[in-house]
Amino acid sequence: MRVSDTLIGSVLLLLSLAVLWHIQSFPDFPGQQHGPALFPGVVAGALALASLELIRTGLRSRAPLLQLAGTNLYSLVPFATTVAGLFFYYLLSDRLGFIVCALIVLSALMWSFGVRRSLVLPVAFVSTMIIHTGFFKFLKVPLPWGLLQPVAW
Amino acid sequence: MENVLTALQMVGSPQVLLVMMFSAAFGLFVGAVPGLTATMATALLVPITFFLPPVPAVAAMVTATAMAIFAGDIPGALVRIPGTPASAAYTDESYAMTRNGQAQTALGIGLVFSAIGGLFGTAVLIVGAPALAEVALNFSSFEYFWLVLLGLTCAVFITSDRPLKGIITLLLGLLLGSVGLENPAAHPRFTFDSTDLLAGLSLIPAMIGLFAVSEILRFAVRPQELAQVKAQVGSVFKGMGTLMRRYKTQTLRGSVLGTAIGALPGAGADIAAWMSFALSRKLSREPEKFGTGHPEGLVEAGAANNSALAGAWIPALVFGIPGDSITAIVIGVLYMKNMNPGPTIFIDSPQNIYAVFIVFILANLLMIPFGWLCIKAASRLLRVPRTILMPVILMFCIVGAFAINNSQFDVLLLIGFGLLGWFLEEHGFPVAPAILGMLLGTMLEEHFIRSMIKAEGDWMAFVQRPIAAGLAIFTIGVWVWSAWYGWHVRRRSTTL
Repeated sequence: MRVSDTLIGSVLLLLSLAVLWHIQSFPDFPGQQHGPALFPGVVAGALALASLELIRTGLRSRAPLLQLAGTNLYSLVPFATTVAGLFFYYLLSDRLGFIVCALIVLSALMWSFGVRRSLVLPVAFVSTMIIHTGFFKFLKVPLPWGLLQPVAW
Repeated sequence: MENVLTALQMVGSPQVLLVMMFSAAFGLFVGAVPGLTATMATALLVPITFFLPPVPAVAAMVTATAMAIFAGDIPGALVRIPGTPASAAYTDESYAMTRNGQAQTALGIGLVFSAIGGLFGTAVLIVGAPALAEVALNFSSFEYFWLVLLGLTCAVFITSDRPLKGIITLLLGLLLGSVGLENPAAHPRFTFDSTDLLAGLSLIPAMIGLFAVSEILRFAVRPQELAQVKAQVGSVFKGMGTLMRRYKTQTLRGSVLGTAIGALPGAGADIAAWMSFALSRKLSREPEKFGTGHPEGLVEAGAANNSALAGAWIPALVFGIPGDSITAIVIGVLYMKNMNPGPTIFIDSPQNIYAVFIVFILANLLMIPFGWLCIKAASRLLRVPRTILMPVILMFCIVGAFAINNSQFDVLLLIGFGLLGWFLEEHGFPVAPAILGMLLGTMLEEHFIRSMIKAEGDWMAFVQRPIAAGLAIFTIGVWVWSAWYGWHVRRRSTTL
């Protein structure tokens, strides 16, 4: 899948214009002309110019706006699993706890990447315990216990 | 002289040596895991230093950080995921070397030239500390403004084959860096009433997302492509002698630049590595080889980031002003141990200072055997199939991102930046300038506003001070020269 430079440039242009519009609401620095709006303003302005240039080169190359041909549906599965795994962890790690979540995410990912089935669970288990011990015991990071709270160590 | 002997005795004690061994292992581990940085390693050692006498405490910190900065190169070269921000400057180059079957050489360069750079920085520290501190103190917001602008200009140089897209990612990074309260007016920008965003977008989760998660996503889409890395040949130290002879100017230049930048309060190994790599590419006689797996830039930047560590101690020891975030933490420890930094430290307890110098030398020498062991271990890790390695690395990244601020929001940042980084790289946008933009954006703005307030709106003040004027001329000269060069090249290619 490829998005053309023209489309990317247009999105960036819209972004920079949105920023420029939004910073109008920033208050002035008392006693100075240069307030919190200056820096984002300059950056957004430069971004707008750069996006225009990008649109120009995109139009010149005459590439289609969105190219979907050549996308292998098989490769989408590991990718989608990875993204889903990340969101799964973010949303449910407090509820389910780190160990449960990590086990699920690691197993799912290795499964979708094509790891030998017999290795998936053992590797997931060992890695989870190593990561947990390293970060929780040694580095004192408060990883959530979640469902395992009653047996927390 | 007897002070030096006393110092040698203090350092030679079994306690100090044992502490250094453990700190070295700790530093190597922290540096090699993406998401754990050298600053974190130092911070995590502080509770342990409570229980140690002064010399072992300082020895622990110096050793751990020296190892961590080098160790950041290892995952960068082997799996294109930098372990610390300082290594991000040349991750692409070292990974290219790995793709050519030269991982051992790339890592050997990181090891040997880091040690050389570190030793050089230490020598400067020992000999020139007071003199350099004088210059560093003369830097006011005007000089810093130009210096940071120069650093940002370097970000564009690193991506000189696709300047437009590099500039765009740099601008995006600057914009993202301006989110939050951290601006001179303390006005919450782009926070949209979210408490999480008030502190801005945390740099480390962003970096892990942009580099590590995006790399894993890339792997997820094309697992077979990465498996085609050529078989690794060569030993770590082979060819180092030749490289040392061929690139002695680069080594010296990298070490000098690194020490100088490290000596400036607030600018540390990260910025030193970026600027050094960009400089190397610009002044190289074979610039077209950069990006294909060329050792020159690695030599220079590898030396720079370790010498910056030593340079950062110059203002720290002489004035108690931290040269980077690591020394900021160390100064706290020094106060705790009654080794108050400042000019009097040289008079009151010189043997302590000499002990610190000796520890520095020892740490950089220790780096070679320890680093070699670490490289061997890491290379073995590379033989683990990527299909297993990548999910585990992803898990490390998630926890690493969480661990910085114990914040779930940082995990969300990780995901967001990961997707952004993947999308950008797929479409030819280099990701590295975004990180530099986020890093330097706040600094640039702060120095600009502060200078404007001091100058009361007078723009000429930016070039009135001698050092500022010099830096200004240099920066603007660089812009003009590269614009002319780019136009010249384009004109030549259209007339041919």
